[in-house]
Amino acid sequence: MKIMAQMGMVMNLDKCIGCHTCSVTCKQAWTNRTGVEYAWFNNVETRPGQGYPRTYQDQDKWKGGWELKRGKLRLRSGGRVKRLLQIFSNPKLPTLQDYYEPWTYEYDMLISTPLGEHTPVARPKSLITGKPMKIEWSANWDDDLAGGPELAPNDPVLVKIRDQVTDRVKLEFEQAFMFYLPRICEHCLNPACVAACPSGAMYKRAEDGIVLVDQDACRGWRMCVSGCPYKKVYFNHSTGKAEKCTLCYPRLEVGLPTVCSETCVGRLRYLGLFLYDADGVSAAAATENEHDLLQAQLDLLLDPNDPIVQEQALRDGIPQDWLEAAKNSPVYKLAKVYKVALPLHPEYRTMPMVWYIPPLSPVVDALRETGNDAEEAGNLFGALEALRIPIEYLAELFTAGDTAPVSRSLKTLAAMRSYMRDVNLGREPRPEIPAAVGMSEEMIYNLYRLLAIAKYEDRYVIPKAHAETARDLEELACSLDVSGGPGQYKPGPFGAASSRPVPVAVETFHALKVRQTTEVLIPLDAVRMNLKNWHGNGTTND
Amino acid sequence: MNSTDILLWVALPYLTIAVFVTGMFWRYKYDKFGWTTRSSQLYERKVIRIASPLFHLGILAVLGGHIMGLLIPENWTDSAGLSEDSYHLMAVGLGAVSGACTLFGISLLIYRRRTNGAVFAATSKNDKTMYIFLTAAICLGLVTTLVGSGIIGDGYNYRETVSPWFRSIFLMNPQPNLMAEAPFSFQIHAVAGMLLFLIWPFTRLVHAFSAPVQYLFRPYVVYRERGPHDPGSRPVKRGWERVG
Repeated sequence: MKIMAQMGMVMNLDKCIGCHTCSVTCKQAWTNRTGVEYAWFNNVETRPGQGYPRTYQDQDKWKGGWELKRGKLRLRSGGRVKRLLQIFSNPKLPTLQDYYEPWTYEYDMLISTPLGEHTPVARPKSLITGKPMKIEWSANWDDDLAGGPELAPNDPVLVKIRDQVTDRVKLEFEQAFMFYLPRICEHCLNPACVAACPSGAMYKRAEDGIVLVDQDACRGWRMCVSGCPYKKVYFNHSTGKAEKCTLCYPRLEVGLPTVCSETCVGRLRYLGLFLYDADGVSAAAATENEHDLLQAQLDLLLDPNDPIVQEQALRDGIPQDWLEAAKNSPVYKLAKVYKVALPLHPEYRTMPMVWYIPPLSPVVDALRETGNDAEEAGNLFGALEALRIPIEYLAELFTAGDTAPVSRSLKTLAAMRSYMRDVNLGREPRPEIPAAVGMSEEMIYNLYRLLAIAKYEDRYVIPKAHAETARDLEELACSLDVSGGPGQYKPGPFGAASSRPVPVAVETFHALKVRQTTEVLIPLDAVRMNLKNWHGNGTTND
Repeated sequence: MNSTDILLWVALPYLTIAVFVTGMFWRYKYDKFGWTTRSSQLYERKVIRIASPLFHLGILAVLGGHIMGLLIPENWTDSAGLSEDSYHLMAVGLGAVSGACTLFGISLLIYRRRTNGAVFAATSKNDKTMYIFLTAAICLGLVTTLVGSGIIGDGYNYRETVSPWFRSIFLMNPQPNLMAEAPFSFQIHAVAGMLLFLIWPFTRLVHAFSAPVQYLFRPYVVYRERGPHDPGSRPVKRGWERVG
C-alpha cells in the first residue's frame, strides 16, 4: 500500500442556481487570452442538455476514457502504437464547431461611424478568422433548456435511458426536472489524458494529485484532448499547447480555495483532501462490473482517522498537518462517511475526484405541486420511489446507471430535510427518520451543518504546500527580499516599483491585503497592474 | 573546380551544419515553450485528415530513401548482391511514390492553409517562408528522381558523385569536385535542402525532432513532484530563462 494525498472537490447540486459566476471568474483568471477564447476550464451545463463541447458524453463517438478489453484496462481510443500513428491527424479531436466559434463585437463602430441616417451597430466578429459571423452556438447555448424540444433530446445521457422511457414520461421529465451541472477537470486518480499524452508532458502532482500540463514539454499532439472523456483539456490554438483546469494550484498552495469555489454564490463547493491507496488504483479502475466501480472507488479512499492509515501515510511522506487536514476533510465525509456525494461518470474508469451531491429539490418541487407536504419524510421517500425517471437520469450521470446509490443519497438528503424541520419548528425530533437511512441523529445534524450552514472553514480545508526548504534556498540567493516579493514589502534598490516583475497570483494577494489594511500610506506608484490581463493597448500606468 | 564550387559544396554544408546544430541547441534550451507542432486541426478536420498523414508518412519514407541513397555506399549494396539495376528500380519506384504522396500532401495542406479562413489567419510569416523552402526542396527532389531514373534525360547514378560528396562532408574530407560534376538538378536540390536545414531550427519544423517514441515504453500515468519552488507561481526571471 502506498498512500497518496489527493485534493478533491464536492459540489452540492441542490444549491446551484446556474448563475455561471464560477465560469466567469474562472475565465477571467485563466482563459481570457488569445488561443483559449473558446475554452472554459469551468462551465455550467443545464441538464438535460448536450453539454460542452456538444455531446461530449457520447463515448461511442468520442472514444474518451478507458475501457476493459479482455479484462485489461486500456484507453478506449486504442493502444500506444495506434495513437502514435494518429498523431498526424487525431481522428477524435473535436473541432472548434463542437465547442463554439468565439466572437467579439465591433464595438469600435459605435463611436467611429460617421454621422448618418442609421444607428451604427456592433456586428459580431469571429475571434478566429476576424470576419463577421453568425452566432449559432456557445458554451451554454442550451442553458435553462433553451431550444428544449429540439436540443435536449440529443443529450447523450437521455439517449441512453430513452429506451426505457415513454414519450409522455419523457416530456413530463423534461418539464419537471432540470438542474445545473458545474464542471471542472476531475483531477482523476487514473487520468486518461495523462495516459494518452505521447510527450509525457501531462502529469499528476505527487503531493496533491492535481493534473497539470508542462507547457515546456507539451508538443501539441492533441491526444489528451481526445483522451479525456470529460473533454476538459483544451488546445490553445495560438500557442499550440494543451491547457486545462489547474485546480487553481497557486491559490491552493497558500491555503486559498479555487477561484470557482471562492466566488460561488450558492456556496456549494467543498474542497479537501482524500487519502488513497495509489497501488490499488489500476485494479479498482479495472473492476469488471460498471456498477461496482463506485464502490471500488470508495474503497480506494482511506479513513484518515484509522491509526494504521495514519502511520503508513506518515511513512509515505505525507506531512502531519496534511494528515490533520485529511481528518477534517469535508469531501471525504460527504463521499465516504455520509455517502451523499457521487463521482461523475465512474464508467469512464478514470476515478474522477470531483464529486456531486445529486439534487433533491426537483423532487421536492414535483411533490409540492401535487399538493402534498413536500418535506414530510414519508412523502419524500415515497416520491423518490415513484419518480423513477429523474433517478435513472441521475444514475446515468453518477453511478453508471445503478439507481441504488442515487436513491440512497437522495433519501439521506430527504431525511435531513425532514428531521431538521422538526428541530427548527421546535417539535419533538424523530430519531426514526435518520434511522431509516442508517444514520444517527448526530450524523444527520453534522451533515446539516456541513450542507446547510456550510461555514467557509468547514467547506474549505486546504493544507498549505510545503516549501520551507525551497524558500530558504531562494532566500540565500537573496531574490525575495524586494518589493512585491513573497512576504516582503520593502522597496527594491531603485525605488518602490523597481526590482524584478511581480510573480502572478498569490504572492501579490498577501501583499495587497497588507496594503489594504495597513496604517502606513503606500505611494500610488507602488500599486501594480496585473500584467496577465493586459492586452497590449495603452500603458499599464493609465 | 572554382570558388563557387568551394562555396557551395564546402562552405555552405559546414555553415548549414553549424547553424543547424547550434540553432537546435539554442532553440531547445531557450524556447521549449515555442517547440510545438502548432496544429491547426482544431479549425478544420476534413482536409487535414487526408493531407497530413499523406504528407508526414510520405516525408518519412523520403527520409528513409535519403538515408539509403546518401549514407550507404554503393559497394555495400553491391556486395549484398543488389545489382545497380534492381537498386535503381527500387529507389525510383519507392522514391517516386513517396515523393508524389509528399507533394500531393503538402499541396493539399497549402491549399487548405490558403483557403480556410481560420487556418490562414493562424499562418505566420515564418510559416509562409518555411513552406516556400520546404516545397522547393520537395519539388526539386522529385525532379532529381526523374532525372536520376532516366525518365527525363539519360539517367544518372548519383551514388557515384552526390553520395560520396555527402559522406565526405561528415568525414571531414570534403570533395567538392564530386558535386561539381553532378547534373544541375542535383546541385540545385542539394542547395535547396541545405537552405531548408539552415532555417529549420527557427521554424515550426523543429517538431520533427520530438517524435514521441518514448511513449511506447513509459508507464501510462506520470507522477511528478511539485519541485522546489515557492508556493504560488514560479517567479518571473529576467530575459531568457533556463528551462527544465
